Amino acid sequence: MQKLGSAPSRRKPSADRIAGAVAAALLVSADFTAIADEGSLRPYTIVRGSIPASLTGAAGDPARGRAIVLDRRLGACLLCHTGPFPEERFQGTLAPDLSGAGSRWSEGQLRLRLVDAPRLNPDTIMPPYYRVDGLTRVGSVWREKPILTAEQIEDVVAFLSTLRD
Amino acid sequence: MRALVLAAVAAAVAAAAAEIAPQDRHSGYDFAGPDTRAMQDDDTANPGMLGVLQGETLWAAKTGAAGRSCADCHGDARTSMKGVAARYPAFEPALARPLDLEGRINRCRSEHQGAEPLAWESADLLALTAFVAYQSRGLPIMVRADAELRPFVDLGSALFHRRQGQLNLSCSQCHDDNWGKRLAGAVIPQAHPTGYPVYRLEWQSLGSLQRRLRNCMIGVRAEPYDYSAPEAVDLELYLMARARGMPLETPAVRP
Ligand code: HEC
Ligand code: HEC
Repeated sequence: MQKLGSAPSRRKPSADRIAGAVAAALLVSADFTAIADEGSLRPYTIVRGSIPASLTGAAGDPARGRAIVLDRRLGACLLCHTGPFPEERFQGTLAPDLSGAGSRWSEGQLRLRLVDAPRLNPDTIMPPYYRVDGLTRVGSVWREKPILTAEQIEDVVAFLSTLRD
Repeated sequence: MRALVLAAVAAAVAAAAAEIAPQDRHSGYDFAGPDTRAMQDDDTANPGMLGVLQGETLWAAKTGAAGRSCADCHGDARTSMKGVAARYPAFEPALARPLDLEGRINRCRSEHQGAEPLAWESADLLALTAFVAYQSRGLPIMVRADAELRPFVDLGSALFHRRQGQLNLSCSQCHDDNWGKRLAGAVIPQAHPTGYPVYRLEWQSLGSLQRRLRNCMIGVRAEPYDYSAPEAVDLELYLMARARGMPLETPAVRP
């Protein structure tokens, strides 16, 4: 099995590496796990239910993050969530209201929730926005690509942090 | 590690949603708005009826090398086709697999009419399917997982409950666990195949159940099944068995 926290490699993912990633995914309830990057994804470290460090090393832009959250095809958040966006019609009722998310959760907790929500709740319907492994029958247009890029994740995290009660 | 995995599996099983109880089942009709329902209820306003009428013409048209019409073999559809759609997909011994109504019609063309199969989602195939299914309007769905069909129903069920696509969602997470809630503007129905082919307002045309399944798969960013792929028929079969006892509404109108 691949050593957890090993340096990211530029090789194409092999069956072994994927098996390693799956095994790593099963170990996440441990308090401290480092995930090696899969191809183009950047590595990140989970510390007690949170990813404390920015995926890009820089802070995101909340205005861009807001646009991503409202974009039905990019973030698609309002398919499921409602939020403090009175101008937006047709918000979903499948998930909690995003109002106050920045008061309820730290930036690192929001980041893990976006990157890979099923790590926190294996039954969640919230899609993993920054993961490419362990998925089934992904359409060819979307294959091997995360839903959002690392930069976009940081923008959304920055925006959600501004949603205070 | 072993224990962890087992615990995770147990938790997943415990949290998995129960199937919808028979008394709680609702057709997509019940989730549609009043205008859409009124359109379905009135044959003179239901655009799907145009397809049924076109199908009636095709039923009587001689075609293929054999120069035979459907009516030449089956006679009056009002009696010979009554209840047929309610038990499809049905097991086809020659293929050792289930065949859906569209598949059956195309097989009749190649085996008995010496004609080319009609293209999936062509106006003619939809019209003939709608005409045949219309003869079962109001009759309860009869598909059951008998000895021959059971393995295919089970395969369809596994596909229904499997997460898929970039959004990582299973059919059942929306249609068993979250029906009645809103996915953006759309109310999530229970996915009962009660009205197919349906006239869908978004399509502005009749469309097959397989087209509907492809829409949902593309919605979760999964690679849709090809038309008439075994997986697609297994899913249709599972949905029909799941809706057993519910009346057929063809041609239904849906948003
Ligand atoms: C397909 C449904 C779905 C989509 C799409 C979705 N979420 Fe979620 N989200 C959920 C659900 C359900 C929860 C509730 C917790 C859980 O199930 O893990 C949740 C929880 C959250 C939470 C924690 C809420 C709280 O305060 O407890 C945040 C923040 C969040 N989502 C943000 C987002 C953002 C931002 C996006 C888009 C980039 C998004 N979600 C897209 C379903 C979704
Ligand atoms: C993210 C949620 C979601 C997922 C996942 C999903 N669907 Fe749907 N499905 C919907 C919505 C919403 C509609 C209704 C669309 C409308 O009315 O505009 C629908 C409609 C349907 C219908 C039409 C029901 C009718 O009354 O005619 C069927 C059948 C169906 N889905 C089957 C499936 C199957 C099979 C899968 C998995 C391959 C699936 N769905 C996955 C949301 C979903």
